[in-house]
Amino acid sequence: MSEALARRPNPALAAAPGLTRRLSSFLYRHGGLLTLLLLLPPLLWLGVVYLGALFALLIQSFFSFDGFTGQIVHELSLASYQELLTSKANLDIILRTMTMAMAVTIGAALIGFPIAYFMARYASGRVKALCYLAVMLPLWSSYLVRVYAWKLLLAKEGILSWLFAKLHLTWLLERILATPVIGGPSLSVSYLGMFLVFTYIWLPFMILPIQAALERVPRSLIEASADLGARPVATFRNVILPLAFPGVVAGSIFTFSLTLGDYIIPYIIGNSRFFIGQVVYVQQGTAGNIPLAAAFSVVPIVIMAIYLAAAKRLGAFDAL
Amino acid sequence: MRSEGRAPFGLKLATLLGLLYLHVPMAFILLYAFTTDDKSYQFPPPGLTLRWFGVAWARQDIWDALWLSVRVGLIATLIAMVLGTLAAAALYRARFFGREVITLLIILPIALPGIVTGIALRAALNLADLPFSFWTIVCGHATFCVVVVYNNALARFRRTSGSLIEASMDLGADGFQTFRHVVLPNLATALLAGGMLAFALSFDEVIVTTFTAGQQTTLPIWMLSELVRPRQRPVTNVVAVFVIAVTLVPILLAYYLTRGTEHVAGGGR
Repeated sequence: MSEALARRPNPALAAAPGLTRRLSSFLYRHGGLLTLLLLLPPLLWLGVVYLGALFALLIQSFFSFDGFTGQIVHELSLASYQELLTSKANLDIILRTMTMAMAVTIGAALIGFPIAYFMARYASGRVKALCYLAVMLPLWSSYLVRVYAWKLLLAKEGILSWLFAKLHLTWLLERILATPVIGGPSLSVSYLGMFLVFTYIWLPFMILPIQAALERVPRSLIEASADLGARPVATFRNVILPLAFPGVVAGSIFTFSLTLGDYIIPYIIGNSRFFIGQVVYVQQGTAGNIPLAAAFSVVPIVIMAIYLAAAKRLGAFDAL
Repeated sequence: MRSEGRAPFGLKLATLLGLLYLHVPMAFILLYAFTTDDKSYQFPPPGLTLRWFGVAWARQDIWDALWLSVRVGLIATLIAMVLGTLAAAALYRARFFGREVITLLIILPIALPGIVTGIALRAALNLADLPFSFWTIVCGHATFCVVVVYNNALARFRRTSGSLIEASMDLGADGFQTFRHVVLPNLATALLAGGMLAFALSFDEVIVTTFTAGQQTTLPIWMLSELVRPRQRPVTNVVAVFVIAVTLVPILLAYYLTRGTEHVAGGGR
Protein backbone atom coordinates (compact mmCIF):
# COMPACT_ATOMS: atom_id res chain seq x y z
CA MET A 1 0.00 0.00 0.00
CA SER A 2 2.92 2.32 0.66
CA GLU A 3 4.02 1.46 -2.87
CA ALA A 4 0.67 2.48 -4.22
CA LEU A 5 1.12 5.89 -2.69
CA ALA A 6 4.77 6.24 -3.65
CA ARG A 7 4.16 5.56 -7.34
CA ARG A 8 3.73 8.90 -8.97
CA PRO A 9 1.79 10.03 -10.78
CA ASN A 10 -0.80 7.50 -9.68
CA PRO A 11 -3.49 7.47 -12.35
CA ALA A 12 -6.09 6.24 -9.91
CA LEU A 13 -5.47 9.28 -7.75
CA ALA A 14 -4.92 11.85 -10.47
CA ALA A 15 -8.04 11.15 -12.48
CA ALA A 16 -10.51 11.75 -9.70
CA PRO A 17 -13.83 12.86 -11.16
CA GLY A 18 -15.11 16.09 -9.75
CA LEU A 19 -18.35 14.80 -8.34
CA THR A 20 -16.97 12.07 -6.11
CA ARG A 21 -14.26 14.45 -4.96
CA ARG A 22 -16.76 17.09 -4.05
CA LEU A 23 -18.92 14.52 -2.28
CA SER A 24 -15.88 13.21 -0.45
CA SER A 25 -14.81 16.69 0.66
CA PHE A 26 -18.32 17.47 1.75
CA LEU A 27 -18.43 14.32 3.88
CA TYR A 28 -14.98 15.07 5.25
CA ARG A 29 -16.06 18.50 6.36
CA HIS A 30 -19.31 17.17 7.78
CA GLY A 31 -17.87 14.31 9.81
CA GLY A 32 -21.08 13.99 11.75
CA LEU A 33 -23.07 13.31 8.61
CA LEU A 34 -20.59 10.66 7.51
CA THR A 35 -20.86 8.96 10.90
CA LEU A 36 -24.62 9.06 10.62
CA LEU A 37 -24.61 7.58 7.11
CA LEU A 38 -22.28 4.80 8.21
CA LEU A 39 -24.32 4.05 11.29
CA LEU A 40 -27.68 4.09 9.60
CA PRO A 41 -27.74 0.54 8.13
CA PRO A 42 -26.50 -1.28 11.26
CA LEU A 43 -28.76 0.82 13.47
CA LEU A 44 -31.75 0.18 11.25
CA TRP A 45 -31.09 -3.56 11.31
CA LEU A 46 -30.49 -3.82 15.03
CA GLY A 47 -33.22 -1.32 15.79
CA VAL A 48 -35.86 -3.04 13.71
CA VAL A 49 -34.90 -6.70 14.02
CA TYR A 50 -33.42 -6.81 17.48
CA LEU A 51 -34.99 -3.98 19.50
CA GLY A 52 -38.24 -4.60 17.70
CA ALA A 53 -38.09 -8.23 18.74
CA LEU A 54 -37.27 -7.34 22.33
CA PHE A 55 -40.18 -4.93 22.34
CA ALA A 56 -42.46 -7.63 20.95
CA LEU A 57 -41.21 -9.89 23.72
CA LEU A 58 -42.16 -7.32 26.32
CA ILE A 59 -45.60 -6.85 24.76
CA GLN A 60 -46.21 -10.58 24.55
CA SER A 61 -45.31 -10.98 28.21
CA PHE A 62 -48.24 -8.70 29.05
CA PHE A 63 -50.65 -10.71 26.93
CA SER A 64 -52.34 -13.72 28.38
CA PHE A 65 -52.96 -17.24 27.18
CA ASP A 66 -56.35 -18.86 27.09
CA GLY A 67 -55.62 -22.46 28.00
CA PHE A 68 -59.12 -23.41 26.93
CA THR A 69 -58.95 -22.30 23.32
CA GLY A 70 -55.16 -22.39 23.03
CA GLN A 71 -55.22 -18.81 21.74
CA ILE A 72 -53.21 -15.81 22.81
CA VAL A 73 -55.43 -13.05 24.15
CA HIS A 74 -54.17 -9.76 22.74
CA GLU A 75 -55.10 -7.63 25.74
CA LEU A 76 -52.64 -6.17 28.18
CA SER A 77 -52.75 -7.86 31.54
CA LEU A 78 -50.44 -9.10 34.25
CA ALA A 79 -51.80 -12.64 34.10
CA SER A 80 -48.56 -14.21 32.86
CA TYR A 81 -46.49 -12.52 35.54
CA GLN A 82 -49.03 -13.53 38.12
CA GLU A 83 -48.80 -17.13 36.99
CA LEU A 84 -45.01 -16.85 37.02
CA LEU A 85 -44.67 -15.42 40.51
CA THR A 86 -47.42 -17.18 42.41
CA SER A 87 -46.60 -20.72 41.39
CA LYS A 88 -44.24 -22.51 43.76
CA ALA A 89 -42.97 -24.70 40.92
CA ASN A 90 -41.99 -21.68 38.85
CA LEU A 91 -40.17 -20.02 41.74
CA ASP A 92 -38.34 -23.32 42.31
CA ILE A 93 -37.24 -23.28 38.69
CA ILE A 94 -35.86 -19.75 39.00
CA LEU A 95 -34.06 -20.60 42.24
CA ARG A 96 -32.64 -23.82 40.77
CA THR A 97 -31.33 -22.04 37.69
CA MET A 98 -29.73 -19.27 39.74
CA THR A 99 -28.08 -21.75 42.11
CA MET A 100 -26.64 -23.65 39.16
CA ALA A 101 -25.44 -20.41 37.56
CA MET A 102 -23.72 -19.43 40.78
CA ALA A 103 -22.10 -22.83 41.25
CA VAL A 104 -20.86 -22.83 37.66
CA THR A 105 -19.46 -19.31 38.05
CA ILE A 106 -17.53 -20.28 41.18
CA GLY A 107 -16.34 -23.53 39.62
CA ALA A 108 -15.17 -21.79 36.46
CA ALA A 109 -13.35 -19.12 38.49
CA LEU A 110 -11.54 -21.75 40.56
CA ILE A 111 -10.47 -23.79 37.54
CA GLY A 112 -9.86 -20.79 35.29
CA PHE A 113 -7.78 -18.62 37.59
CA PRO A 114 -4.66 -20.82 37.66
CA ILE A 115 -4.71 -21.11 33.88
CA ALA A 116 -5.08 -17.35 33.44
CA TYR A 117 -2.39 -16.73 36.06
CA PHE A 118 0.03 -19.09 34.38
CA MET A 119 -0.66 -17.54 30.97
CA ALA A 120 -0.20 -13.97 32.19
CA ARG A 121 2.71 -14.46 34.55
CA TYR A 122 4.85 -17.35 33.38
CA ALA A 123 4.06 -18.29 29.82
CA SER A 124 5.87 -16.63 26.94
CA GLY A 125 6.52 -17.12 23.26
CA ARG A 126 5.33 -20.44 21.93
CA VAL A 127 3.90 -21.68 25.21
CA LYS A 128 1.79 -18.59 25.55
CA ALA A 129 0.53 -18.77 21.97
CA LEU A 130 -0.31 -22.43 22.50
CA CYS A 131 -2.16 -21.72 25.74
CA TYR A 132 -4.05 -18.90 24.10
CA LEU A 133 -5.07 -21.12 21.22
CA ALA A 134 -6.03 -23.88 23.65
CA VAL A 135 -8.41 -21.49 25.41
CA MET A 136 -9.74 -19.84 22.24
CA LEU A 137 -10.40 -23.00 20.30
CA PRO A 138 -13.16 -24.42 22.53
CA LEU A 139 -14.74 -20.97 22.67
CA TRP A 140 -15.44 -21.08 18.97
CA SER A 141 -15.80 -24.77 18.28
CA SER A 142 -19.16 -26.43 18.12
CA TYR A 143 -21.17 -26.00 21.29
CA LEU A 144 -23.43 -28.93 20.56
CA VAL A 145 -20.59 -31.31 19.81
CA ARG A 146 -18.91 -30.31 23.06
CA VAL A 147 -22.08 -31.05 25.01
CA TYR A 148 -22.41 -34.30 23.14
CA ALA A 149 -18.89 -35.33 24.13
CA TRP A 150 -19.99 -35.21 27.74
CA LYS A 151 -22.92 -37.45 27.06
CA LEU A 152 -20.37 -40.05 26.03
CA LEU A 153 -18.24 -39.35 29.08
CA LEU A 154 -21.03 -39.36 31.64
CA ALA A 155 -23.15 -42.26 30.35
CA LYS A 156 -23.65 -45.13 32.76
CA GLU A 157 -21.71 -47.48 30.48
CA GLY A 158 -19.41 -44.65 29.41
CA ILE A 159 -15.86 -43.52 29.94
CA LEU A 160 -15.99 -42.06 33.46
CA SER A 161 -17.65 -45.16 34.91
CA TRP A 162 -15.02 -47.28 33.18
CA LEU A 163 -12.25 -45.09 34.59
CA PHE A 164 -13.63 -45.31 38.13
CA ALA A 165 -13.90 -49.09 37.79
CA LYS A 166 -10.32 -49.41 36.53
CA LEU A 167 -9.10 -47.39 39.50
CA HIS A 168 -11.20 -49.60 41.83
CA LEU A 169 -13.12 -46.50 42.84
CA THR A 170 -16.61 -47.59 41.77
CA TRP A 171 -17.65 -47.33 45.44
CA LEU A 172 -16.65 -43.65 45.38
CA LEU A 173 -18.73 -42.98 42.28
CA GLU A 174 -21.69 -44.75 43.88
CA ARG A 175 -21.21 -42.76 47.06
CA ILE A 176 -21.21 -39.53 45.02
CA LEU A 177 -24.30 -40.56 43.07
CA ALA A 178 -26.05 -41.49 46.32
CA THR A 179 -25.56 -37.97 47.65
CA PRO A 180 -28.90 -36.20 47.69
CA VAL A 181 -29.42 -33.19 45.39
CA ILE A 182 -26.22 -33.49 43.34
CA GLY A 183 -26.51 -37.24 42.67
CA GLY A 184 -28.90 -39.37 40.65
CA PRO A 185 -29.18 -42.75 38.97
CA SER A 186 -26.24 -41.93 36.69
CA LEU A 187 -23.88 -39.01 36.18
CA SER A 188 -25.58 -38.16 32.91
CA VAL A 189 -28.85 -37.30 34.65
CA SER A 190 -27.42 -35.69 37.79
CA TYR A 191 -26.87 -32.07 38.77
CA LEU A 192 -23.20 -32.90 39.31
CA GLY A 193 -22.91 -33.99 35.69
CA MET A 194 -24.75 -30.90 34.54
CA PHE A 195 -22.42 -28.73 36.61
CA LEU A 196 -19.39 -30.38 35.01
CA VAL A 197 -20.74 -29.77 31.52
CA PHE A 198 -21.74 -26.16 32.17
CA THR A 199 -18.34 -25.40 33.67
CA TYR A 200 -16.60 -27.11 30.78
CA ILE A 201 -18.56 -25.19 28.18
CA TRP A 202 -18.25 -21.70 29.70
CA LEU A 203 -14.74 -21.99 31.17
CA PRO A 204 -12.96 -20.08 28.34
CA PHE A 205 -15.27 -17.11 28.94
CA MET A 206 -13.88 -16.94 32.47
CA ILE A 207 -10.21 -17.44 31.62
CA LEU A 208 -9.84 -14.69 29.01
CA PRO A 209 -11.02 -11.68 31.09
CA ILE A 210 -8.98 -12.82 34.11
CA GLN A 211 -5.92 -13.18 31.90
CA ALA A 212 -6.51 -9.71 30.41
CA ALA A 213 -6.81 -8.21 33.90
CA LEU A 214 -3.64 -9.98 35.08
CA GLU A 215 -1.69 -8.84 32.03
CA ARG A 216 -2.42 -5.27 33.02
CA VAL A 217 -0.94 -5.59 36.53
CA PRO A 218 2.26 -3.52 36.28
CA ARG A 219 5.36 -5.44 37.12
CA SER A 220 6.72 -2.50 39.08
CA LEU A 221 3.87 -2.94 41.53
CA ILE A 222 4.87 -6.53 42.22
CA GLU A 223 8.50 -5.54 42.57
CA ALA A 224 7.57 -2.70 44.88
CA SER A 225 5.62 -5.12 47.02
CA ALA A 226 8.62 -7.43 47.19
CA ASP A 227 10.96 -4.52 47.95
CA LEU A 228 8.74 -3.55 50.84
CA GLY A 229 9.28 -7.01 52.28
CA ALA A 230 6.14 -8.88 51.21
CA ARG A 231 6.57 -12.57 50.57
CA PRO A 232 5.20 -13.85 47.26
CA VAL A 233 2.08 -15.16 48.98
CA ALA A 234 1.42 -11.78 50.59
CA THR A 235 2.02 -10.02 47.26
CA PHE A 236 -0.41 -12.38 45.60
CA ARG A 237 -3.07 -11.82 48.25
CA ASN A 238 -2.71 -8.07 48.68
CA VAL A 239 -1.61 -6.86 45.24
CA ILE A 240 -2.36 -9.31 42.46
CA LEU A 241 -5.67 -10.73 43.62
CA PRO A 242 -7.41 -7.36 44.20
CA LEU A 243 -6.24 -6.16 40.79
CA ALA A 244 -7.38 -9.38 39.10
CA PHE A 245 -10.77 -9.33 40.78
CA PRO A 246 -12.48 -7.08 38.19
CA GLY A 247 -11.41 -9.67 35.61
CA VAL A 248 -13.07 -12.41 37.61
CA VAL A 249 -16.25 -10.35 37.83
CA ALA A 250 -16.13 -9.68 34.09
CA GLY A 251 -15.78 -13.41 33.43
CA SER A 252 -18.60 -14.17 35.84
CA ILE A 253 -20.93 -11.98 33.78
CA PHE A 254 -20.54 -14.44 30.92
CA THR A 255 -20.64 -17.67 32.92
CA PHE A 256 -23.63 -16.48 34.93
CA SER A 257 -25.61 -15.09 32.01
CA LEU A 258 -24.89 -18.02 29.70
CA THR A 259 -25.88 -20.57 32.33
CA LEU A 260 -29.08 -18.69 33.10
CA GLY A 261 -30.22 -18.78 29.51
CA ASP A 262 -29.12 -22.23 28.43
CA TYR A 263 -31.69 -24.91 27.80
CA ILE A 264 -29.75 -27.42 25.74
CA ILE A 265 -27.55 -28.73 28.55
CA PRO A 266 -30.38 -29.32 31.05
CA TYR A 267 -32.31 -30.87 28.16
CA ILE A 268 -29.57 -33.36 27.22
CA ILE A 269 -27.75 -33.96 30.48
CA GLY A 270 -30.30 -33.14 33.17
CA ASN A 271 -33.26 -34.94 34.66
CA SER A 272 -36.88 -33.93 34.30
CA ARG A 273 -36.56 -30.93 36.63
CA PHE A 274 -36.79 -27.82 34.53
CA PHE A 275 -34.49 -24.82 34.23
CA ILE A 276 -35.59 -21.35 33.09
CA GLY A 277 -34.48 -21.92 29.50
CA GLN A 278 -36.39 -25.19 29.22
CA VAL A 279 -39.62 -23.63 30.43
CA VAL A 280 -39.28 -20.86 27.85
CA TYR A 281 -38.62 -23.41 25.13
CA VAL A 282 -41.43 -25.77 26.08
CA GLN A 283 -44.01 -23.05 26.69
CA GLN A 284 -43.44 -21.36 23.32
CA GLY A 285 -43.19 -24.66 21.47
CA THR A 286 -45.62 -27.46 22.15
CA ALA A 287 -47.75 -25.46 24.56
CA GLY A 288 -47.92 -22.38 22.30
CA ASN A 289 -48.06 -20.22 25.43
CA ILE A 290 -45.82 -17.44 24.18
CA PRO A 291 -46.95 -14.95 26.87
CA LEU A 292 -45.75 -17.16 29.73
CA ALA A 293 -42.54 -17.98 27.85
CA ALA A 294 -41.98 -14.26 27.33
CA ALA A 295 -42.63 -13.48 30.98
CA PHE A 296 -40.22 -16.25 31.98
CA SER A 297 -37.49 -14.90 29.72
CA VAL A 298 -37.84 -11.49 31.34
CA VAL A 299 -36.50 -13.15 34.52
CA PRO A 300 -32.93 -13.66 33.26
CA ILE A 301 -32.99 -10.16 31.77
CA VAL A 302 -33.89 -8.65 35.15
CA ILE A 303 -31.35 -10.81 36.97
CA MET A 304 -28.64 -9.85 34.49
CA ALA A 305 -29.53 -6.16 34.75
CA ILE A 306 -29.04 -6.30 38.52
CA TYR A 307 -25.88 -8.34 38.07
CA LEU A 308 -24.45 -5.91 35.51
CA ALA A 309 -25.19 -2.93 37.75
CA ALA A 310 -23.32 -4.64 40.58
CA ALA A 311 -20.48 -5.63 38.24
CA LYS A 312 -20.14 -2.06 37.04
CA ARG A 313 -19.62 -0.90 40.62
CA LEU A 314 -16.89 -3.51 41.02
CA GLY A 315 -15.10 -2.14 37.96
CA ALA A 316 -15.65 -5.18 35.78
CA PHE A 317 -16.25 -3.19 32.59
CA ASP A 318 -12.73 -1.82 32.57
CA ALA A 319 -11.50 -5.40 32.52
CA LEU A 320 -13.50 -6.53 29.51
CA MET B 1 3.16 -8.64 34.52
CA ARG B 2 5.58 -11.25 33.26
CA SER B 3 7.78 -12.80 35.86
CA GLU B 4 11.30 -14.05 35.24
CA GLY B 5 10.93 -16.91 37.69
CA ARG B 6 9.74 -20.40 36.89
CA ALA B 7 6.16 -21.35 37.54
CA PRO B 8 5.55 -23.32 40.73
CA PHE B 9 4.82 -26.99 40.11
CA GLY B 10 1.32 -26.74 41.56
CA LEU B 11 0.40 -23.95 39.17
CA LYS B 12 1.70 -25.83 36.16
CA LEU B 13 -0.24 -28.90 37.21
CA ALA B 14 -3.45 -26.91 37.72
CA THR B 15 -3.02 -25.30 34.29
CA LEU B 16 -2.35 -28.61 32.62
CA LEU B 17 -5.35 -30.28 34.27
CA GLY B 18 -7.56 -27.33 33.37
CA LEU B 19 -6.50 -27.43 29.74
CA LEU B 20 -6.97 -31.19 29.61
CA TYR B 21 -10.48 -30.70 30.98
CA LEU B 22 -11.08 -28.34 28.08
CA HIS B 23 -9.79 -30.67 25.39
CA VAL B 24 -9.90 -34.36 26.28
CA PRO B 25 -13.69 -34.78 25.90
CA MET B 26 -13.53 -33.86 22.21
CA ALA B 27 -11.00 -36.61 21.57
CA PHE B 28 -13.53 -39.25 22.55
CA ILE B 29 -15.97 -38.13 19.88
CA LEU B 30 -13.34 -39.02 17.33
CA LEU B 31 -12.93 -42.47 18.83
CA TYR B 32 -16.66 -43.09 19.01
CA ALA B 33 -17.11 -42.35 15.31
CA PHE B 34 -15.39 -45.70 14.68
CA THR B 35 -17.17 -47.85 17.24
CA THR B 36 -19.10 -50.94 16.18
CA ASP B 37 -21.56 -50.47 19.04
CA ASP B 38 -24.67 -48.61 17.96
CA LYS B 39 -26.95 -49.22 20.92
CA SER B 40 -25.13 -47.50 23.77
CA TYR B 41 -22.08 -45.45 24.61
CA GLN B 42 -20.06 -48.42 25.81
CA PHE B 43 -16.42 -47.78 26.65
CA PRO B 44 -14.03 -49.14 25.57
CA PRO B 45 -15.70 -49.70 22.17
CA PRO B 46 -16.20 -53.40 21.42
CA GLY B 47 -14.66 -52.97 17.98
CA LEU B 48 -13.67 -50.43 15.39
CA THR B 49 -15.16 -49.94 11.93
CA LEU B 50 -15.30 -47.42 9.11
CA ARG B 51 -18.78 -48.31 8.04
CA TRP B 52 -20.57 -45.35 9.73
CA PHE B 53 -18.83 -42.90 7.45
CA GLY B 54 -20.44 -44.63 4.49
CA VAL B 55 -23.82 -44.76 6.23
CA ALA B 56 -23.64 -41.07 7.04
CA TRP B 57 -22.60 -40.23 3.47
CA ALA B 58 -25.69 -41.96 2.10
CA ARG B 59 -28.13 -40.17 4.40
CA GLN B 60 -30.06 -37.53 2.46
CA ASP B 61 -31.42 -35.83 5.62
CA ILE B 62 -27.86 -35.01 6.69
CA TRP B 63 -27.02 -33.49 3.31
CA ASP B 64 -30.20 -31.39 3.38
CA ALA B 65 -29.44 -30.10 6.86
CA LEU B 66 -25.83 -29.36 5.92
CA TRP B 67 -26.85 -27.46 2.80
CA LEU B 68 -29.36 -25.36 4.74
CA SER B 69 -26.74 -24.55 7.39
CA VAL B 70 -24.21 -23.52 4.77
CA ARG B 71 -26.65 -21.26 2.95
CA VAL B 72 -27.84 -19.61 6.17
CA GLY B 73 -24.25 -19.20 7.34
CA LEU B 74 -23.07 -17.58 4.13
CA ILE B 75 -25.88 -15.05 3.87
CA ALA B 76 -25.88 -14.23 7.59
CA THR B 77 -22.10 -13.72 7.43
CA LEU B 78 -22.42 -11.44 4.42
CA ILE B 79 -25.01 -9.26 6.17
CA ALA B 80 -22.99 -9.23 9.37
CA MET B 81 -19.81 -8.23 7.52
CA VAL B 82 -21.43 -5.23 5.89
CA LEU B 83 -23.23 -4.05 9.03
CA GLY B 84 -20.36 -4.79 11.41
CA THR B 85 -17.79 -2.96 9.29
CA LEU B 86 -20.02 0.08 8.88
CA ALA B 87 -20.64 0.23 12.61
CA ALA B 88 -16.94 -0.12 13.42
CA ALA B 89 -15.99 2.54 10.87
CA ALA B 90 -18.49 4.95 12.36
CA LEU B 91 -17.70 4.30 15.99
CA TYR B 92 -13.94 3.94 16.21
CA ARG B 93 -13.17 7.65 16.16
CA ALA B 94 -16.45 9.45 16.57
CA ARG B 95 -17.37 10.80 19.97
CA PHE B 96 -20.97 11.80 20.30
CA PHE B 97 -23.85 11.66 22.67
CA GLY B 98 -25.39 8.20 22.74
CA ARG B 99 -22.30 6.41 21.45
CA GLU B 100 -22.20 4.11 24.46
CA VAL B 101 -25.84 3.20 23.89
CA ILE B 102 -25.12 2.18 20.30
CA THR B 103 -22.11 0.12 21.38
CA LEU B 104 -24.32 -1.60 23.93
CA LEU B 105 -26.96 -2.26 21.27
CA ILE B 106 -24.40 -4.02 19.07
CA ILE B 107 -23.05 -6.15 21.92
CA LEU B 108 -26.43 -6.93 23.46
CA PRO B 109 -27.37 -9.86 21.16
CA ILE B 110 -24.51 -11.93 22.53
CA ALA B 111 -24.43 -10.38 26.00
CA LEU B 112 -27.99 -11.46 26.73
CA PRO B 113 -28.59 -15.20 26.95
CA GLY B 114 -29.28 -16.71 23.53
CA ILE B 115 -32.68 -17.80 24.65
CA VAL B 116 -33.75 -14.16 25.08
CA THR B 117 -32.79 -13.35 21.51
CA GLY B 118 -34.57 -16.51 20.39
CA ILE B 119 -37.82 -16.02 22.21
CA ALA B 120 -37.82 -12.29 21.34
CA LEU B 121 -37.67 -13.11 17.62
CA ARG B 122 -40.28 -15.81 18.10
CA ALA B 123 -42.56 -13.34 19.92
CA ALA B 124 -42.09 -10.78 17.15
CA LEU B 125 -42.85 -13.33 14.41
CA ASN B 126 -45.96 -14.36 16.25
CA LEU B 127 -47.05 -10.77 16.77
CA ALA B 128 -46.43 -9.80 13.14
CA ASP B 129 -48.05 -13.06 11.99
CA LEU B 130 -45.01 -13.94 9.87
CA PRO B 131 -44.45 -17.59 8.96
CA PHE B 132 -41.12 -19.30 9.66
CA SER B 133 -38.85 -19.31 6.64
CA PHE B 134 -35.27 -19.45 5.51
CA TRP B 135 -35.08 -15.69 6.08
CA THR B 136 -36.26 -15.84 9.67
CA ILE B 137 -33.26 -18.05 10.45
CA VAL B 138 -30.93 -15.69 8.57
CA CYS B 139 -32.30 -12.67 10.45
CA GLY B 140 -31.59 -14.26 13.81
CA HIS B 141 -28.10 -15.37 12.84
CA ALA B 142 -27.07 -12.07 11.24
CA THR B 143 -28.13 -10.19 14.36
CA PHE B 144 -25.71 -11.93 16.68
CA CYS B 145 -22.96 -12.24 14.05
CA VAL B 146 -22.68 -8.46 13.63
CA VAL B 147 -20.82 -8.08 16.90
CA VAL B 148 -18.12 -10.59 15.87
CA VAL B 149 -17.26 -8.70 12.70
CA TYR B 150 -17.62 -5.41 14.55
CA ASN B 151 -15.11 -6.44 17.23
CA ASN B 152 -12.54 -7.58 14.68
CA ALA B 153 -12.92 -4.51 12.49
CA LEU B 154 -12.89 -2.15 15.48
CA ALA B 155 -9.67 -3.63 16.84
CA ARG B 156 -8.03 -3.20 13.45
CA PHE B 157 -9.32 0.35 12.96
CA ARG B 158 -7.86 1.29 16.33
CA ARG B 159 -4.49 -0.16 15.41
CA THR B 160 -4.41 1.52 12.02
CA SER B 161 -2.61 4.77 12.50
CA GLY B 162 -4.67 7.86 11.76
CA SER B 163 -1.59 9.44 10.23
CA LEU B 164 -1.80 6.96 7.35
CA ILE B 165 -5.20 8.30 6.41
CA GLU B 166 -4.01 11.89 6.79
CA ALA B 167 -0.96 11.13 4.64
CA SER B 168 -3.20 9.71 1.95
CA MET B 169 -5.36 12.83 2.02
CA ASP B 170 -2.29 15.07 1.97
CA LEU B 171 -1.08 13.26 -1.12
CA GLY B 172 -4.28 14.19 -2.85
CA ALA B 173 -6.55 11.18 -2.46
CA ASP B 174 -10.17 11.84 -1.69
CA GLY B 175 -12.14 9.97 0.93
CA PHE B 176 -13.23 7.14 -1.39
CA GLN B 177 -9.74 6.62 -2.77
CA THR B 178 -8.33 6.62 0.75
CA PHE B 179 -10.85 4.00 1.71
CA ARG B 180 -10.11 1.92 -1.37
CA HIS B 181 -6.30 2.12 -1.31
CA VAL B 182 -5.43 2.65 2.37
CA VAL B 183 -8.21 1.63 4.74
CA LEU B 184 -9.49 -1.47 2.98
CA PRO B 185 -6.11 -3.20 2.49
CA ASN B 186 -5.38 -2.61 6.17
CA LEU B 187 -8.76 -3.95 7.14
CA ALA B 188 -8.91 -6.95 4.82
CA THR B 189 -7.49 -9.68 7.04
CA ALA B 190 -9.49 -8.49 10.04
CA LEU B 191 -12.67 -8.62 7.96
CA LEU B 192 -11.82 -12.05 6.66
CA ALA B 193 -11.17 -13.26 10.19
CA GLY B 194 -14.37 -11.69 11.47
CA GLY B 195 -16.31 -13.19 8.61
CA MET B 196 -14.97 -16.66 9.24
CA LEU B 197 -15.71 -16.48 12.94
CA ALA B 198 -19.20 -15.25 12.14
CA PHE B 199 -19.68 -18.19 9.80
CA ALA B 200 -18.42 -20.63 12.44
CA LEU B 201 -20.81 -19.06 14.94
CA SER B 202 -23.77 -19.28 12.59
CA PHE B 203 -22.91 -22.78 11.37
CA ASP B 204 -22.97 -23.99 14.96
CA GLU B 205 -25.85 -21.95 16.39
CA VAL B 206 -28.69 -23.93 17.85
CA ILE B 207 -30.45 -21.94 20.59
CA VAL B 208 -31.68 -19.00 18.53
CA THR B 209 -32.29 -21.27 15.55
CA THR B 210 -34.73 -23.51 17.40
CA PHE B 211 -36.96 -20.47 17.89
CA THR B 212 -36.81 -19.16 14.34
CA ALA B 213 -36.62 -22.31 12.22
CA GLY B 214 -40.06 -23.86 12.66
CA GLN B 215 -39.92 -27.24 10.92
CA GLN B 216 -36.68 -26.57 9.03
CA THR B 217 -33.63 -28.55 10.05
CA THR B 218 -30.18 -27.01 10.13
CA LEU B 219 -27.27 -29.28 10.94
CA PRO B 220 -27.16 -28.33 14.67
CA ILE B 221 -30.91 -28.90 14.93
CA TRP B 222 -30.53 -32.27 13.24
CA MET B 223 -27.88 -33.11 15.79
CA LEU B 224 -29.96 -31.91 18.71
CA SER B 225 -32.85 -34.13 17.69
CA GLU B 226 -30.45 -37.07 17.39
CA LEU B 227 -29.11 -36.35 20.86
CA VAL B 228 -32.56 -36.31 22.38
CA ARG B 229 -33.90 -39.32 20.45
CA PRO B 230 -30.91 -41.27 19.15
CA ARG B 231 -31.54 -43.36 16.06
CA GLN B 232 -28.08 -44.36 14.86
CA ARG B 233 -25.64 -43.10 17.46
CA PRO B 234 -22.45 -43.69 15.46
CA VAL B 235 -23.84 -41.66 12.54
CA THR B 236 -24.26 -38.75 14.94
CA ASN B 237 -20.64 -39.26 15.96
CA VAL B 238 -19.52 -39.10 12.35
CA VAL B 239 -21.45 -35.85 11.82
CA ALA B 240 -19.95 -34.49 15.05
CA VAL B 241 -16.44 -35.23 13.78
CA PHE B 242 -17.31 -33.53 10.51
CA VAL B 243 -18.62 -30.45 12.35
CA ILE B 244 -15.43 -30.29 14.44
CA ALA B 245 -13.36 -30.36 11.27
CA VAL B 246 -15.47 -27.77 9.46
CA THR B 247 -15.47 -25.27 12.32
CA LEU B 248 -11.81 -25.83 13.14
CA VAL B 249 -10.58 -24.54 9.78
CA PRO B 250 -12.13 -21.04 9.91
CA ILE B 251 -11.19 -20.64 13.58
CA LEU B 252 -7.54 -21.48 13.00
CA LEU B 253 -7.41 -19.34 9.87
CA ALA B 254 -8.96 -16.42 11.73
CA TYR B 255 -6.39 -16.85 14.48
CA TYR B 256 -3.46 -16.77 12.08
CA LEU B 257 -4.94 -13.85 10.14
CA THR B 258 -5.25 -11.61 13.18
CA ARG B 259 -2.15 -12.82 14.99
CA GLY B 260 0.56 -10.22 15.50
CA THR B 261 -1.59 -7.42 14.10
CA GLU B 262 -0.02 -5.04 16.64
CA HIS B 263 2.75 -4.76 14.03
CA VAL B 264 0.37 -3.56 11.36
CA ALA B 265 1.61 -0.75 9.13
CA GLY B 266 1.74 2.52 11.00
CA GLY B 267 0.87 0.79 14.25
CA GLY B 268 4.08 1.78 15.98
CA ARG B 269 3.45 5.48 15.99
